[in-house]
Amino acid sequence: MGNLFRSEEMTLCQLFLQSEAAYACVSELGELGLVQFRDLNPDVNAFQRKFVNEVRRCDEMERKLRYLEKEIKKDGIPMLDTGENPEAPQPREMIDLEATFEKLENELREVNQNAEALKRNFLELTELKHILRKTQVFFDEAEYGCYPTYYSSSQMADPSREEEQVTLLGEEGLRAGGQALKLGFVAGVILRERIPAFERMLWRACRGNVFLRQAEIETPLEDPSSGDNVFKSVFIIFFQGDQLKTRVKKICEGFRATLYPCPEAPADRREMAMGVMTRLEDLNTVLGQTQDHRHRVLVAAAKNIKNWFVKVRKIKAIYHTLNLFNLDVTQKCLIAECWVPVLDLETIQLALRRGTERSGSSVPPILNRMESFEDPPTYNRTNKFTYGFQVLIDAYGVATYREVNPAPYTIITFPFLFAIMFGDLGHGLLMALFAGWMVLREKPLAAKKSDSEIWNIFFGGRYVILLMGLFSMYTGFVYNDIFSKSLNIFGSYWTVNYNKSTVVTNKDLQLNPSTDDYYQHPYPIGLDPVWQVAENKIIFMNAYKMKISIIVGVFHMLFGVCLSLWNYMYFRKRISIFCEFIPQMIFLCFLFLYMVILMFIKWTCYGPKTDDVKTSPYCAPSILITFINMVLFNENSAPEVCDQYMYSGQRPFQMLLVVIALLCIPWMLFAKPMLTIRNQRRMHVLLNSNHQNHAVGSENGDAEAALAQGQIPPPLPPHKEEEELPIGEILIHQGIHTIEYVLGSVSHTASYLRLWALSLAHAQLSEVLWNMVLRNGLMFEGWVGGIALWITFAIWSTLTVAILVLMEGLSAFLHTLRLHWVEFQSKFYQGMGYDFQPFSFEAILDSAAQAPEE
Amino acid sequence: MKICGPKLSLCGLIISVWGIFQLVLMGIFYYVKSIALSEDLPGVESEGGFESPEDFYKIADRGYIQNAYNCWIAACLYIFTLVISGHQFYVNSRSSMNM
Repeated sequence: MGNLFRSEEMTLCQLFLQSEAAYACVSELGELGLVQFRDLNPDVNAFQRKFVNEVRRCDEMERKLRYLEKEIKKDGIPMLDTGENPEAPQPREMIDLEATFEKLENELREVNQNAEALKRNFLELTELKHILRKTQVFFDEAEYGCYPTYYSSSQMADPSREEEQVTLLGEEGLRAGGQALKLGFVAGVILRERIPAFERMLWRACRGNVFLRQAEIETPLEDPSSGDNVFKSVFIIFFQGDQLKTRVKKICEGFRATLYPCPEAPADRREMAMGVMTRLEDLNTVLGQTQDHRHRVLVAAAKNIKNWFVKVRKIKAIYHTLNLFNLDVTQKCLIAECWVPVLDLETIQLALRRGTERSGSSVPPILNRMESFEDPPTYNRTNKFTYGFQVLIDAYGVATYREVNPAPYTIITFPFLFAIMFGDLGHGLLMALFAGWMVLREKPLAAKKSDSEIWNIFFGGRYVILLMGLFSMYTGFVYNDIFSKSLNIFGSYWTVNYNKSTVVTNKDLQLNPSTDDYYQHPYPIGLDPVWQVAENKIIFMNAYKMKISIIVGVFHMLFGVCLSLWNYMYFRKRISIFCEFIPQMIFLCFLFLYMVILMFIKWTCYGPKTDDVKTSPYCAPSILITFINMVLFNENSAPEVCDQYMYSGQRPFQMLLVVIALLCIPWMLFAKPMLTIRNQRRMHVLLNSNHQNHAVGSENGDAEAALAQGQIPPPLPPHKEEEELPIGEILIHQGIHTIEYVLGSVSHTASYLRLWALSLAHAQLSEVLWNMVLRNGLMFEGWVGGIALWITFAIWSTLTVAILVLMEGLSAFLHTLRLHWVEFQSKFYQGMGYDFQPFSFEAILDSAAQAPEE
Repeated sequence: MKICGPKLSLCGLIISVWGIFQLVLMGIFYYVKSIALSEDLPGVESEGGFESPEDFYKIADRGYIQNAYNCWIAACLYIFTLVISGHQFYVNSRSSMNM
């Protein structure tokens, strides 16, 4: 069982796997998700690795599956996600899977091709049907002679069929006499958009000697290849002579108009039309059957497709991992190097044994621990509750290996600092309810796998938000603020002792706490509700909130400095304890903790109900001015009747504190470099002297052994030896740290005042929203007020959620995060580690599920 | 049948529930004449001054009772809104499930 105090202890292990057992063992390790493999072939090309063929096959399978998925989605068939997690299939099963997918893909492609051919046929027949219908119209119109003639010559049809003869050109043409020139025509269909250009081209190319008529097809036709519906028109072109015919045909080809053979005689046309109708019906039936078949195939595939995806991805992951391994000399064994948490070695051994048994191999795998000087990855074992807070810390920087983890403290300080800024019972309740709903409905909401990033962020941080809401409810209760109104639970501890005439004649009156106006004992918990209706509420709260912010800030920073002590003790940096921790503590405590103590003294020693003016509020000194005077070694100035200082001996005591604190600065600057340099010189001297002593006939090994047994302390546990830095660098390094700390302590302390500032802003925003929005619904004299309130409440609640909960919540969240990352963690955190990314099927499947859906 | 989409009906549902809770409570607080709500009374701020304290108390009391009833009326209107939003939400979720 690990803990969150530090990151887990990791060890580098060497894994020897027999080639037959390798696949099954890696599969077991993938299910476990506790091992991070290292790439032992970093300079090998991806195409030269051992298992590149298998990976290629997996890619092929995935491609086929994706094609299937696309087709299934196109038809709108729901894909069943049972949520089961099938194990990675054996290598021999891969061939079966490949065959299944191949068959499915081929079948689907064939069906699609057939469908396309059928649709093309269908389109042609439909167009032909339209042509036959429309040209009928043209010929009918000709009978009634409703358009002018273009030619002086006449009929085009066979003279023997006179009764049905349609003189396209009207009676005048016939009467005009002349030879009976035979007019040819072509009929076809063209996209509606192309008609104007088509007409122009015909006119120009044929010099006006052709005649075009066109009619639109009302219903759009489906283009077989692209599937969209396009509007087309029927046209018929009349010309005379063969040359024009070729020209017209070429132009039609150019404009991609499809030409259809259209018989001249109406009887023929009617016959053709009927033939076309029957063929269309047949085609429809066949198309329907094709679609049904396709649908059946897809439905059958849809049942298993999620399962198949998981299996293929797992196989691919296993082969990718196997590619990272090395083949040993005998070619029978695969060697892997991996980072493993020490506490999980047993579990991993069990998994390996299971894998070997499954593959039927006789040789057990060997797991060897290796010593390494590298920095292991940082692994923090979290559960669903602590995960959110760990993510917040890791976003700034992953902790150095075995460094103290700030996450467990963040679980409480983060919501608490947030709540100081957000303190409102109503808004906190809204936040807590929302987070509570997310927490209670965790499982169904997690299974939904949404794409929306904002939702994922909210859902991932549901426990953080829940705690923030609950803490905000507490601070809202203490600030006595619910949607900018106060709760009167214990009654007010202030009374009005003025007589009636004073009250009636004065607009504003003051209640004096040093008289009976105030009950002289504190309100049980929280703020007296009367302050909500007081004009000077803000001034009163300012004093309180600013001091609280500084107090919380100083204690937060002190805690951070104490954490650095634990780090130094663990990593055995005794020099740092003496040269960094102690002067840092002294500096912080003697200046800022002293300021906090002054605040407490001011709160306890000065009060309104007192006989002595020296302890009345008139004489209460400003902490800030006192502090500034202290640092500048100035005298405190106070009004005539008051004491200059809060307690006797304050001035010399303060001077002592400041002097010692200032002495800490050179201590921090020079002590560590001096000690480090002295240590280095000593080691150099020892090395040299030992070399001289054993100079004749000794190997280096002996000298080092003698050295090791000598004065040098045993090497630190997992760490490499300290590099020897040049003197200049050590001094600069230390200088930067000191300046950062000293200047930072002032700036960070002041930075905590944002707790006051945001809390003030939130309270004021809340009040403004009530006064400007909801009050309008409450100021109606009559019964109309009910309806007005109904409307204004909706507006007010929407604005409350949008501005106060979401916007202010986000703002307070960011400020709290900044306080943690900068003011708190700069006191102890290094954050130079890298994250532990184990080989885990769960992680791979999750990321694969997210990626293609984007 | 379907007047609004799923999101609007969900919003209406939440606001209605919240409105019923908060307006009923506010009505109760107005009825017991809580001081916290003393700045939100009709007829009090508008007048320049009052002839006597009794006059002020009379107007204030009337304002309190009026607002209490108004809050409860608004709460009833929100019950009505809740029913409509709930019905819309149900219709929307059923049509999306049928799909």
